[in-house]
Amino acid sequence: MITPDLAGPPAIQLRHVSLAFDEKRVLQDVSLELASAETLVLLGVTGSGKSVLLKVILGLLKPDSGEVLIEGENIVPLRESALNVFRRRMGIVFQEGALFDSLSVYENVSYRLWEDGHDDEAEIERRVRQVLGFVELEEAIDKMPAELSGGMRRRVAIARAVISQPRIMLYDSPTAGLDPVTANTIDSLIVKLRDVQHVTSVVVTHRVPDAVMISSFVFSPERQGLLPAASANARRNPAELTQFVVLKEGKVYFHGDRHQLVTAPDPYLRRFVE
Amino acid sequence: MAAGGTLSYLKRKVLAIQDGTYLLINAVRALFTPPRYTTDTLVQMDVIGVGSLPIVLPTGLFTGMVLALQTYRTLTRFGSATILGEAVALSVVRELGPVLTALMVVGRVSSGIASEIGSMLVSEQVDALRAMGTDPHRKLVAPRLYATLVTLPLLTILSDFIAMLGGYIISLTIAHLTTNEYWSPAYQSLDYHDVTQGLMKPVFFAFVVALVGSYFGLNTTGGTEGVGRSTTQAVVVASVAILVLDFFITLFLIGIGFA
Repeated sequence: MITPDLAGPPAIQLRHVSLAFDEKRVLQDVSLELASAETLVLLGVTGSGKSVLLKVILGLLKPDSGEVLIEGENIVPLRESALNVFRRRMGIVFQEGALFDSLSVYENVSYRLWEDGHDDEAEIERRVRQVLGFVELEEAIDKMPAELSGGMRRRVAIARAVISQPRIMLYDSPTAGLDPVTANTIDSLIVKLRDVQHVTSVVVTHRVPDAVMISSFVFSPERQGLLPAASANARRNPAELTQFVVLKEGKVYFHGDRHQLVTAPDPYLRRFVE
Repeated sequence: MAAGGTLSYLKRKVLAIQDGTYLLINAVRALFTPPRYTTDTLVQMDVIGVGSLPIVLPTGLFTGMVLALQTYRTLTRFGSATILGEAVALSVVRELGPVLTALMVVGRVSSGIASEIGSMLVSEQVDALRAMGTDPHRKLVAPRLYATLVTLPLLTILSDFIAMLGGYIISLTIAHLTTNEYWSPAYQSLDYHDVTQGLMKPVFFAFVVALVGSYFGLNTTGGTEGVGRSTTQAVVVASVAILVLDFFITLFLIGIGFA
């Protein structure tokens, strides 16, 4: 289990990050700070720069200006090989899962362990079964991605991301295109990871129900399920540990907590909330 | 506005050359430094090498047959039909074998590489690789390059042999030459320079086949529609590049007195 390092530097810090593709400015002067074990919910319409921001945090895209600090270190000037050290601390779930089509679920989930030089096949299989059990998909271990439903693919993608026990998890629209029941399952996994492993999470979404669920529920180890934070007598209120950011045309349009978002009179924000 | 457009066009071209060079250097460097993806390379050898046999062998056979047929018609006008074997062997080993094999492999392999990598790119699988600390140039490009470097010269040798066999069929059935009359001049006319030239070209062509396909795959934009566009561009660019490269390699070899 990962213990949150509350005294250390912020898990993620963005300072005046800007990025343009040719003439199109996709991120403009974005500054954010997220402490260890906190959650950031990034809301915005399609094309507002949410997914690009995730890729900037992961070092997949370099900003034109500004700094991206992961656990206190600026990753912008780093070369690809040096970035891999930071990427090992992070896991990402892409929008459609981005599972490798030619590999089975077992091979997809174990991929990172092989890449990191693990060669004890029995130990690798034990860990794969453990994380597949975490996402309740152990029976799919020998299936190919093409045989899985959209929700199952996302769950396998979560298993693949968490197998190396990252301290930071990034979710790119993990519930997009899913039915409400499956979307709830994915949200539950995000909450479970946050509360069991205390990972710092960045959740990109355009669905407010995701945001509400993540900031209102906690995982109960006794019940092995989610409970409303109020009734669960949670030690740490998830609403206080969840920041909300609304991006509009690459700029931070709103930054605050859930209460501020829900009560904001701004017509643009009302469109999200309502 | 027009000047701005030209500048932007030139900038894109310079960037493309820079990306292509970077791809080449990274793929070659991956041969000498770990991690190496041996299993992927072996799989690609099967896909690229064995998988190309059904198109390379018939192409070689019919090229040899039509070449013998046309050459025989010309040679009989000068009463020199007995050098048919020599004419076929030299044309096939020096030029037609390497070039036609490479062009057939471009149609199948460069397009396959571009579409496979392009599909991985648009479905974010390439980003997923990078997110897990894997260099896509090492994992996706290098195995395909090495597999092509090994298999294209082998395919060329097979194609050369099958083409000469095609010429032999024509020499027996239409030119009515004996086996010895066809194979003896064919064998004697080929010297070290011809064979070396014929085997050197596929090595250069292998770089074109694998890297052009990979380049267009990795630079796919515009979703699944873009994958189709990348595939077409890869085949067109690689085919033209092979013909241009063939000319310059031949010119160079003649220039240094090798051919």
